[in-house]
Formats: sequence, C-alpha cells, structure tokens
Amino acid sequence: MNLKNIEDGIVELIRKAETELPDDVVKSLEHAYEIEDGVAKTQIDAILKNIDLAKKSGRPMCQDTGIQTFFIEVGIDFSFINRLKDLMNNAVKKATLEVPLRPNTVDPFTGENHKDNTGDHLPYITWDFVDGNDVHITALPKGGGSENMSKLGMLKPGVGIEGVKDFVVEEMIKSAGNPCPPTVVGVGIGGGADLSLKLGKRALLRPVDDRHKDKNIAAVEEELIKRINASGIGPMGLGGKTTVLDVHVEKAHRHPASLPVGIAVQCWADRRAKMVIHSDGSWEVK
Amino acid sequence: MEYHINIPADKDEIKKLEVGDILYVTGKMFTARDEAHHMMLEKEEIPFDPSEMALYHCGPLMKEENGKWQVVSAGPTTSSRMEIFEDKFLEKFSTNIIIGKGGMGGRTKKALQKYICVYTSYTGGAGALAADKVEKVEGVYWLDKLGMPEAVWVFKVKEFGPLVVAMDSHGKSIYEHLKKG
Repeated sequence: MNLKNIEDGIVELIRKAETELPDDVVKSLEHAYEIEDGVAKTQIDAILKNIDLAKKSGRPMCQDTGIQTFFIEVGIDFSFINRLKDLMNNAVKKATLEVPLRPNTVDPFTGENHKDNTGDHLPYITWDFVDGNDVHITALPKGGGSENMSKLGMLKPGVGIEGVKDFVVEEMIKSAGNPCPPTVVGVGIGGGADLSLKLGKRALLRPVDDRHKDKNIAAVEEELIKRINASGIGPMGLGGKTTVLDVHVEKAHRHPASLPVGIAVQCWADRRAKMVIHSDGSWEVK
Repeated sequence: MEYHINIPADKDEIKKLEVGDILYVTGKMFTARDEAHHMMLEKEEIPFDPSEMALYHCGPLMKEENGKWQVVSAGPTTSSRMEIFEDKFLEKFSTNIIIGKGGMGGRTKKALQKYICVYTSYTGGAGALAADKVEKVEGVYWLDKLGMPEAVWVFKVKEFGPLVVAMDSHGKSIYEHLKKG
C-alpha cells in the first residue's frame, strides 16, 4: 500500500475543509441573507461572496485556518493502524505549505511558533475504534476567535434544564460579536467538566438544521436557537435576526452532585470535511 | 450613508462618519495584533509611519513566492483583545481608522472621541474577500520575532470593504444598544 498516497488524501481533506463549506451551512447562510436587511444583510452578503471566492480560487476562506482538529473512527481491521498518527502529522505539515495554512501552533511558555501546525498534543485527534477495515476521518479546523468563547458551567443540579438553558443563552449573549456570528453552538450537558466540553465540540460535527433524535433534546435545541436569536446580536454583533445558525445539544449521564455544561462555539465558517480510507490505501474525500 | 475614502483621511472626513455608515477605503494599512501593539508601544522608533495608514486588527495568512510575499487570506481578528492597548496606541501613533471585528470597549470609545478616529467592523472570517482587495504587500516588520500572524504587515488596498462604522468619533457605539438581549 502506498502510504504517501494516503498522506496526500489527508492533505486534500484539509484543503477541502479550509476552502469549501458544507452545503448545509451555505444553505443556512443563504436563508439568513433572505431574512436580514440593512447592515446585517451586508455582512451575510460579504460572507457568501467570500465563500464563493474561496471555493473558486481554492484558498482558505478565513485567514485563521484554525487548530487542526480531527475525529477519527478506525476500523480495527485496517492494515496500517500503527502508521495513522504519523500520517496525520505529516499531512498537517504538508498541508501547511501546500494549501497553505497559517502556522497556528505556539508554545505557551516561550511564545515560539512551531511553524508547521503540529506541536505538543497537536494536531488534536479524537480516536474511536469501530468494526471493519475502513478509516473515517472528519476534519474540523477550529478557529481561535470562536474557541475563545467556549464556556464551562458547573451548575447546581437543582437549577435543572431550565438553569442549563439560561446559562447557555446568557453566555452566548455575553460573547456578542466576538465569535463571528452567526455561529453554530455545541452544548454538552452532563458527564464531568472535560466530558461536557468534549460533547459540546462533538456536537459541532452535526449538520446545520439536524435536530436531535430525542424529542425532548430537540425541543431544547429549538428553544435555545429562538432565545439566542431574539437577543438581536446578529451577524458580527452589528445587530440582526441571525445570531446562531444552529444549536446542537448532546448529553451524558452526570454525577448526582454535578451538572456540568460545556459550550463549544463555531464561527459561521463551520468548516467540516470527511474522508474514508480503505484498507487497500484508496481514499475518498467527501 | 456609503463613503469611499482615501487613507490617510483628514479630520473632517472622519468627523462626518457615523455609526451604521458603510465605508470603503483605499490606501495603506498595517496589521497589528496583541504582540505588535505591545511592542510598538514600547519601541522608541518605528520603521514606518502609522499616521499615514489605517490600523488593521489582522493576522493574515501569507505565502512567499520567489522572494515576494502574497496575501492568501486576511480577515480581521477579534478586536477586544487590543482594548488594553488601544487608547495609548492612538495617542502615540495618530492613526485614525481602525479596522477589526467584534467591537471594543469604553477606553477605546473615549480615545476615538479624543483623537478623532473611527472603529470599523469588517466581516469576520471573510479572509479570501479581503485578500482580493490587497493590491500589494509593501512590507513586513518583526516577522522573525513575532511569526506570521503577529508580525506587522503593510498592505496597499483598493476599495477595501464593506466596513461598517461601528464606533464613531462622537462617542457612539453600535454594540451598546444591542447587548441587552
């Protein structure tokens, strides 16, 4: 099997994520354009023009090409499990030069930029193991401006789901224009502190307009969308009807004494791309 | 109102701008994020003249080809990080147009009035569109020390916009009446 071929495939995955938005996001932004007017409309107009230009010219839509973040489902019968981590690292380095990506990995102690988007614990990869011999990779390049608006609330269980909803709405209103609205918000409820944030981030993998299959959770998502959009923060915080494109909620069981709520925020550039690698080394980027 | 102005803009041009106006600018701008603000405030001498340029809160994605720098993507970064520097920065460097995203706070608002400047918002994330308006990369400063995103880049731009006047020189801010929820 040609490992270099797989590496090139991963570079294509990153290129696709950085230069083309998924259809569900574009559709949602087009809807926002229809319902907005005034300054808000000018912002969505610029966003749509930018998406179009990035796609046509093959350049990253945003200069913040993010922290390279991947969710990987590895089929346990995939032939080259032991090479996957190296392939990911090498592909990120290669993509940095070829796409190109902005060098975004800085040592917190020395301030030194690693210059190739790798570094301690980065790229950030979440591994899952599944049956079969294919590998499924989702790329979610994560920008800093929206990541800075992440929140963790360790609420008192007594406040219940009403308290959770209030917390999310209040925090998103406080974030105002900073995370480049209209955003997509992922909310993880339950687990421990780290798990709630992880669930929040994982929720961002869901397409825009995808409602949770649990009707009660879907109703919470719908309420959160309505309440956050009623704030009037609007595109880029300049006022308008569209502050979020979507809110996705995921839950885990919790400790009796804890009610953790993790909020992950994704800017309008809700960049996601997927690929599958087969055991014979062939691949497709979707 | 929609305005098309050349940088550097004179005081009268800045004064007529009001919150909600749309602006397109032509001329020179320099990028500066946290590190560059910090460094420029500490330095006695700066190798370019900020008063002739707009200040752009931006950490661009650049590409070097045959020894020449090109802009790949260059949208704005979150301006609120620069709030702790901006009033001193405007006092020292007399630049009168700031371009960023997300808005700034009370200290900057006062400084905008005092030194007659405007804070304008460019669509966050619209990096490809912004790069398209850059005609030339005129220079880069402190690249080795600060790295690509934090270095100061000087761009010559044409009809860069649409910029929304979000905080004007009369003490008004578009963000204030929006945060009530």
